[in-house]
Amino acid sequence: MFTALIFYMFAAIAVASGVMVISSRNPVHSVLWLILAFFNAAGLFLLLGAEFLAMVLVVVYVGAVAVLFLFVVMMLDINTVELKEGFLQYLPTGALIGLVLLVELLAMFGGWAFAPDVEAMVKAPTPTLDQASNTVALGKLIYTNYVYLFQASGLVLLVAMIGTILLTHRKRTGVRKQVIAEQVNRSRDSVEMRKVQSGRGI
Amino acid sequence: MLEIGLSHYLAVAAILFTLGVMGIFLNRKNVIIIMMSVELMLLAVNINFVAFSSYLNDLVGQVFAMFILTVAAAEAAIGLAIVVVFFRNRGTIAVEEISQLKG
Repeated sequence: MFTALIFYMFAAIAVASGVMVISSRNPVHSVLWLILAFFNAAGLFLLLGAEFLAMVLVVVYVGAVAVLFLFVVMMLDINTVELKEGFLQYLPTGALIGLVLLVELLAMFGGWAFAPDVEAMVKAPTPTLDQASNTVALGKLIYTNYVYLFQASGLVLLVAMIGTILLTHRKRTGVRKQVIAEQVNRSRDSVEMRKVQSGRGI
Repeated sequence: MLEIGLSHYLAVAAILFTLGVMGIFLNRKNVIIIMMSVELMLLAVNINFVAFSSYLNDLVGQVFAMFILTVAAAEAAIGLAIVVVFFRNRGTIAVEEISQLKG
């Protein structure tokens, strides 16, 4: 009963903020609604017993991805009025496709039933809470059976980091920067003595 | 109605996924909102994975959801970098303007 109420609260706020993400006028507001949606999805994860993923969702999405979006939205000088042009023009098509997709998904998931032999196919059974908590069980699984995939996902992040730096880095002209190599390579000729008459510059 | 089952979570995920698809269709002028819609869709997929993992008593679903999270973070970083570079060059982020690769 209580769990149901909490589920409906999280679900309703997540869906409502999802609607606001795609329909709000200001991109900054969109990012803030996205953060709210992520928080409520983390709540749903908690209800499902996936505490570690819930916390990771908050840390990674709210702490990193959403802040990244916020930075980019504020960094780019975009006209927020112009951005919403065409919203109503595409609304009928978008709504129709969304409706069809939603009906199809609900029809598929609504009557979902597990096959009778599905118990035998479980790869890594979740331990009960007195055996191991969710985080411990997940860690034991990641660092044993899935260690290569785990390392590969680390490589994905590394490649993403290098790619992002490579894409956004640029040489800016007109900025005085310290170049150590040039300083070290100065020869004796680069300094010359001048007699300056008093009252005059060079 | 008050008994929360697997299909409830799947319904929430389906609605969020549909919202993401609709966001791509409606915001044709703003790449950043489209990327946010993609994040919403990935979140919906994650909810599906975790719901199935919970109701099947199988932890592998949560492992997979974590890998999706990693890929989503990498995708957001690269995508936003591309948006920043594009804005520097063209001064706009409207999707209709992104047609340089078209012959």
